[in-house]
Amino acid sequence: MAGIEIHWSGLFKVAEVSLLFGVGIVAVFALGVLGLSKAEAAKSAPSGSAARATGLATAGVAFAACCAALLYGLYLLIPQFH
Amino acid sequence: MDVSLLVVVVIITALAFDFTNGFHDTANAMATSIATGALRPKVAVAIAGVLNLVGAFLATEVAKTISGGLVDDTKVTPAIVFGGLIGAILWNLVTWLFGLPSSSSHALFGGLIGAVWVAAGAGAIHFDVVVEKVLVPAVASPVVCGVVAAIGTFLAYRLTRRARRSSVDRGFRHGQTLSASMVALAHGTGDAQKTMGIITLVLISSGNLASKSGPPWWVVLLAGLAIAAGTYAGGWRIIRTMGKGITDIEPPQGFAAETSSTAVLLASSHLGFALSTTQVCAGGILGSGIGRRLAEIRWTVARRMALAWLFTLPLAAVVGGLAAKVAVSGNGGVLLVALVTMSAVVAIYVYSRRTAVNADNVNDSAAVALAPEPTLAAAA
Repeated sequence: MAGIEIHWSGLFKVAEVSLLFGVGIVAVFALGVLGLSKAEAAKSAPSGSAARATGLATAGVAFAACCAALLYGLYLLIPQFH
Repeated sequence: MDVSLLVVVVIITALAFDFTNGFHDTANAMATSIATGALRPKVAVAIAGVLNLVGAFLATEVAKTISGGLVDDTKVTPAIVFGGLIGAILWNLVTWLFGLPSSSSHALFGGLIGAVWVAAGAGAIHFDVVVEKVLVPAVASPVVCGVVAAIGTFLAYRLTRRARRSSVDRGFRHGQTLSASMVALAHGTGDAQKTMGIITLVLISSGNLASKSGPPWWVVLLAGLAIAAGTYAGGWRIIRTMGKGITDIEPPQGFAAETSSTAVLLASSHLGFALSTTQVCAGGILGSGIGRRLAEIRWTVARRMALAWLFTLPLAAVVGGLAAKVAVSGNGGVLLVALVTMSAVVAIYVYSRRTAVNADNVNDSAAVALAPEPTLAAAA
């Protein structure tokens, strides 16, 4: 069993990148959900049009970022793109 | 073209393994979406099935070796491959009966190792590669994905704590569907290709294909269809364990678990440190339970799962070794193994019918029982 070589650095790299993307995407998506919820709540408020616009804008930016991550994931998955 | 009986039997067995691979792993992608109601059960398995088929056609770069270097590939004959596949198929079915997710690749590796060991001796097995490619990833996968999912889940709840519950659940359900689909597509690009590789290499070794050929179109088609059909059949017993058994999953957790799994799987396949899909996804689900306050985690289920992972390789190896020992004796031996396997498959299926889990009752309970609940009529 001599010469077992485990690429710990490879594992750490995977953990690092997964942490960055996995946690990042979930957090950004959560901000988008929060924005949508605020926009919805503002609909029933008397003077909520500004709050509604902010909420929708936050959600738009957040979901666009998540879409970009999704497309990047598809790019990585599909070998024909490389 | 003269194709021997053995080659035909190996191809059929490889496709059967591919089918069990599909239905064992549907849960990885779809269990959380089914549990939170983001997708209806039948719709979920249909999406996963189609994406597995698409994935199979996208990735057709054939595997260069059958075992990925775990064994001395010059010692591998079609009869050994056959024995290895039998070990993997039977292990997949037994774990399905118990509702336990376990790695189909590890089962296949185990079957092959056992078969090679019996037919060519322990010297033909590269134990150092087994440690590097099977043991370490099996431990690392659930830990890495579990940590990512736990932090993700914690943040998801933290950030949306002032938001309306109904908007939160709706939003995360949509997101969850997308990340689950990514897991299914990744599965198709990875696992269907393994079966294509096995069939292609057997055809090359028997002289039916020129060496270094890619998989013929019919191999790609059959392998893709087999894994897609298996995925659509849905290993409902495993889906129940993954979606309901480990922890009760809410939409933000499901989204965090599937997104973490996608991130870990893509990172691992592109940075050259292979991790196992099943262990990654199970770790993600467990992590999503740890990340939500007050979520109950059924550690007994997690323990049984870990135990199954521990035994996957050795037990598949024992069965694979036995099957190979009989199969290398000639066509009679191969047919005997095939007959015994088919009887075992029928027996396991009939046994599972006593406590059937299907699309209609998958979410009704958290446990996969082996014996039927005593009914009131029987008790009276």
